[in-house]
Amino acid sequence: MFDLDLWREIFQSINKNRTRSLLSGFTIAFAILLFAILFGIANGLQNTFKEAFGSDARNAIMIFPGRTTKAHKGLQAGRRIQFKDEDYNMLLDEFGDKVQYITSKVNRNASASYKGERNNYELRAIHPEYMFIENNKIKSGRYINQHDLDNKTKVVVIGKVVEEELFIKEDPIGKYIDLSGIPYKIVGVFTDDEGDNEESVIYMPLTTAQFVYGNNDFVDMMHLTYNPKLSYDAAINFGNSITKSLKDKFSVAENDQRAIRLFNLAEGTKAVNQMMVGLSFIILIIGFGTLIAGIVGVSNIMIFIVKERTKEIGIRKALGASPKSIVSIILIESILITAIAGYFGLLIGMGVLELVAPYLEAYFIKDPSVSSGLVIGATLTLILAGALAGYFPAKKASRIKPIVALRND
Amino acid sequence: MLEIKNLHKSYPIGDSSLHVLKGINLSVKEGEMVAIMGSSGSGKSTLLNIIGMLDEADSGDYILDELPIKNLTEKKAAVYRNKFLGFIFQSFNLINYKNALENVALPLYYQGMKRKQRQEKALFHLEKVGLADWAHHLPKELSGGQKQRVAIARALAANPKLLLADEPTGALDTATSHEIMAFIQQLNDEGKTILMVTHEEDIASMCKRIVRLKDGVIMEDKPVTQVRASQYV
Repeated sequence: MFDLDLWREIFQSINKNRTRSLLSGFTIAFAILLFAILFGIANGLQNTFKEAFGSDARNAIMIFPGRTTKAHKGLQAGRRIQFKDEDYNMLLDEFGDKVQYITSKVNRNASASYKGERNNYELRAIHPEYMFIENNKIKSGRYINQHDLDNKTKVVVIGKVVEEELFIKEDPIGKYIDLSGIPYKIVGVFTDDEGDNEESVIYMPLTTAQFVYGNNDFVDMMHLTYNPKLSYDAAINFGNSITKSLKDKFSVAENDQRAIRLFNLAEGTKAVNQMMVGLSFIILIIGFGTLIAGIVGVSNIMIFIVKERTKEIGIRKALGASPKSIVSIILIESILITAIAGYFGLLIGMGVLELVAPYLEAYFIKDPSVSSGLVIGATLTLILAGALAGYFPAKKASRIKPIVALRND
Repeated sequence: MLEIKNLHKSYPIGDSSLHVLKGINLSVKEGEMVAIMGSSGSGKSTLLNIIGMLDEADSGDYILDELPIKNLTEKKAAVYRNKFLGFIFQSFNLINYKNALENVALPLYYQGMKRKQRQEKALFHLEKVGLADWAHHLPKELSGGQKQRVAIARALAANPKLLLADEPTGALDTATSHEIMAFIQQLNDEGKTILMVTHEEDIASMCKRIVRLKDGVIMEDKPVTQVRASQYV
């Protein structure tokens, strides 16, 4: 039920007691403002952290072959290990459920030329899934696909830098690029967030490279990402079991560290993530701390307001105000002030974050921001706390005998 | 109109308690104008507060206009106060952020009257106390006598059966006191029942009956010849 007269009473009370209303509003607005800014800065720190660890899949495992350093099972030390397609297949067969994406790789350097422009680039022969492992984006055309792999087609995908250096004012898609004397059709151009180095690369189907560079099924290394649902410890165990089964297959001594080298990012990621958890924890403490300070502030104000209005309550009661009308007039007023002040605090807080964001990047704080849902939640919490903190003294005040309230000078 | 039988009231003071009213019997008829007198501590204000339902008696009967006033819920007491009683206080007790008109209209608000009607009625009563021109002034812009007249207008607004005044002239100088008393007498002439607490003999003599309290009991209860306040104004 909308009671216009009640609202008129409330607005009059707010308007005529401006200092009181402004002071309590200021407390609320300041609490919300601090909440937004502290949370925003903490979020900014977290963003910096996230960015520092690049856009490559963070759940990656890389496996390189090396030379044995220990004699084992009658085989001499110094033997060279060579991965082949069957090793890739073995990993898929044995660990398929733990693998998210996997690719074999052949790495070469290629001298590339197009219409007289010439340069040397890194050449990577890969499976199509490599796109997700490297987090490549397609700028134009397409990526290497399964069809290329099956048919050993002579196609390549070039990095943005290759495009810029060799194709002046020309669309490279569909053109033929010469790599060490063999023409390949360019089917796509890719970009990589990690910058120029990663964009000065040419990708080619694995099978094509194997055919062209030796007509064999050799693989230089394998690169995979593990199922992101694995815990860090499970991921580290997974890496260890890959090493073990490869060592078994190549008859390598268990304590031979050079023959099969495996880099598991889970080990580093674990440390980073623990730091992130620590940071989130600090953010949480800051948030709750500010909120609790706000709640205490609101409660104090409410108790003070009720105290200050005791005499008015007595007068109103003597004139026939019911306890319910006393409680509602005080509560609605406090809720209204809290809501409006909270909203202003939110606006100012977000505005301040927006304004100072560019200057904070030097201090490892990137994109400091808070979700408005979070701040609205904080405001609602304060409103609720204010209402609760106001309800009990208001209820008590509405019950005191008018004569006691009137005596209160 | 008003019947009080064997009324007792005590206040706790620390561990012991102070027996303020020790069996009061009082009966007031419609149209009377009664002064309750006594030195401070005699229990006169306590009696008025109980009559005004601002305080509760410990034991005894209180019947107002054939309604027993006992064990009232807060809500019911609020309705009764609004309907039956008008209050005039020594310290005026106006709400300081409301102007004269709004103060007078407040009891009507609690009656649930519409805003427009409320303001018309409040203005009518302000006119009656001669303050129509001051309707939009805040209490702090009014003199003591004007404040008390606003308070009287407020007490009259809800058209109560009984008007209760607690030292209505206590904060006023003599001339203003007489002016206010003349006005209260006029209300009584028009038929309002008035109950007044005072410790000033000359103010009491302007009523029609004086009840003297001492140490919580009625010492004397006699009608007096009313001195008209208008002769001093």
